[in-house]
Amino acid sequence: MLSDEERSEIEEEIRHYARKRGASVEALMCVQRRRGWVDDETLKEVADMLGMSVGELDGVATFYNLIFRRPVGKNVILICNTISCMVMGYENILAHLEERLGIRLGQTTADGLFTLLPVPCLGACDRSPVMMVGEKLYPGLTPEIADEILREHGWRG
Amino acid sequence: MEGLTEKPLTGHLKPDGEALDISEYEGYGGYEGLRKALRMGHSEIQKEVKEANLRGRGGAGFNTGLKWSFVPMGKDAPRPKYLVANADEMEPGTFKDRFLLERNPHLIIEGMIIASFAIEAETAFVFLRWEYTLAAKRMRRAIAEAYERGYLGRNMLGSGFNLDLRVHVSAGRYICGEETALLNALEGRRAVPRSKPPFPQTSGLWGRPTVVNNVETLSNVPHIITGGAEWYRKLSRSGDGGTKLFGVSGRVKRPGLWELPMGTTAREILEEHAGGMADGFSFRCLIPGGASTEFICEEGLDVKMDFDSVQKAGSRLGTGTMIVLDHTVCPIAALHNLERFFAEESCGWCTPCREGLPWVARLLGAIEDGEGEPGDIETLREHTRSLWVGKTYCALAPGAMEPLKSGLAIFREDFERHIREKGCPSKRERG
Ligand SMILES: Cc1cc2nc3c(=O)[nH]c(=O)nc-3n(C[C@H](O)[C@H](O)[C@H](O)COP(=O)(O)O)c2cc1C
Ligand code: SF4
Ligand code: FES
Repeated sequence: MLSDEERSEIEEEIRHYARKRGASVEALMCVQRRRGWVDDETLKEVADMLGMSVGELDGVATFYNLIFRRPVGKNVILICNTISCMVMGYENILAHLEERLGIRLGQTTADGLFTLLPVPCLGACDRSPVMMVGEKLYPGLTPEIADEILREHGWRG
Repeated sequence: MEGLTEKPLTGHLKPDGEALDISEYEGYGGYEGLRKALRMGHSEIQKEVKEANLRGRGGAGFNTGLKWSFVPMGKDAPRPKYLVANADEMEPGTFKDRFLLERNPHLIIEGMIIASFAIEAETAFVFLRWEYTLAAKRMRRAIAEAYERGYLGRNMLGSGFNLDLRVHVSAGRYICGEETALLNALEGRRAVPRSKPPFPQTSGLWGRPTVVNNVETLSNVPHIITGGAEWYRKLSRSGDGGTKLFGVSGRVKRPGLWELPMGTTAREILEEHAGGMADGFSFRCLIPGGASTEFICEEGLDVKMDFDSVQKAGSRLGTGTMIVLDHTVCPIAALHNLERFFAEESCGWCTPCREGLPWVARLLGAIEDGEGEPGDIETLREHTRSLWVGKTYCALAPGAMEPLKSGLAIFREDFERHIREKGCPSKRERG
């Protein structure tokens, strides 16, 4: 069930678009910010608010890389895997993270603490390799710095 | 005139990395361009920007004033009209719009207001990628400041002109940066491109006249109005007006971003500003303007970085942010990385791109891993033809073919050795 707070936030977003469906992405993100992902039941409620069918809104949701229709870990790690970061050796950082967390790209740790995902260019190529954890950018990665970042987010290794 | 500098985009930035707030921005002459614009007519503004020869910094280089001039004007024009600042920056190797969004948000806002006024748009959006969280925070704060001082909202500065400006945060898909896909995204649809014509300037968001401009493009507008077209053109060392944010990433001494005259040579940017190659690394080649441009080698480095010159040299200025490949990077692996990106980000709307790009990426992966076959090079070459301009619905696929097409020529020997020796020769040599 959408909370009152979620409802009013979505209604506020809707006000800024010529038609309700314009607020699709913002509405889905409203939900995801609080719950980590968007489940079927909530998606249906949002679709009703936007005057869209479930199929239409799900079509929008699944189009985007960063709208999650399945549960993710408490911390989503987005590691840049495109060209400048490749030149600067992101592959070593990725291998290091996979080893530390015991998961592969696309997976979530058993304790639900981390999900590891790839992301295209984070627009910080002069500080490559880079990743985000949650909403924060971490540039200039080395294996040691990556360990520190994991610890900052609750990893005990 | 207060605030006019050789570096209109970055001349007054704070050294501590914070954004200029509204008072600081006004202190450097900020919002003077807007006051002046409000005294000019719409067509006078359009004319000034057109004569400044400001060319679109999103990569295509279309004359901005000319673009605006296609918007229907006057009392019979369809309304409301819209302006969108394209801040979806996701072209691999590109990090210039983030810089402006984080450090000089009011410059973008002022540019957007002037552009909106010039086309009589009453609603404007900043279309921002989700990952730019700091930019979102700073843009929103700056927008609130601009509302407070009466630069936005109803009857702006007593001019009778109304403008609402909002940040729309997207959710991660490269194709959203393509201007017609962006419009579908803003309408809450799957962000696949639309066919052109009709062009957005006549039928864009919700079918209304809409202009989509890149963040850096719009940032040039206030100074064009304040300093005039002639002054602006003279900032450049070539036919294209103004300055450009040029960037370098890769194994150079000082990776970074610099505002320099349009037409500065690639060599000067690389050697003087980026400090040349980092110790222990030698130069192999570079991609001049983001992932979807053709490679340039040593002998091409004296090219002037402006739209026409780079085109004449067989590549594209693109976003003006170069990626340097050094001798330790396997060019096949680099091409594989580039094409995998494009394959994953294809929106899937048209068959050649949806089917072709994954195939290209798979072939490159196979060659990289030593499983390539002699016919693969020809197959790749065929794709550079079948996915070229005009063969697909939008410019994503042809853009993807630019580095591949030039890579097949420049790295011919690397391709052949990978296939013949069943693996990467340099990896083997390095052990
Ligand atoms: C696949 C694709 C992605 C694009 N992404 C962006 C982008 O992130 N930002 C941008 O300004 N332009 C992008 N463009 C170019 C836009 O379609 C459009 O030309 C540009 O925003 C126009 O602004 P300008 O005239 O100021 O350059 C992209 C184009 C394509 C084909
Ligand atoms: S070329 Fe690719 S990205 Fe563009 S419309 Fe076709 S499938 Fe979509
Ligand atoms: S390629 Fe990784 S931040 Fe740009």
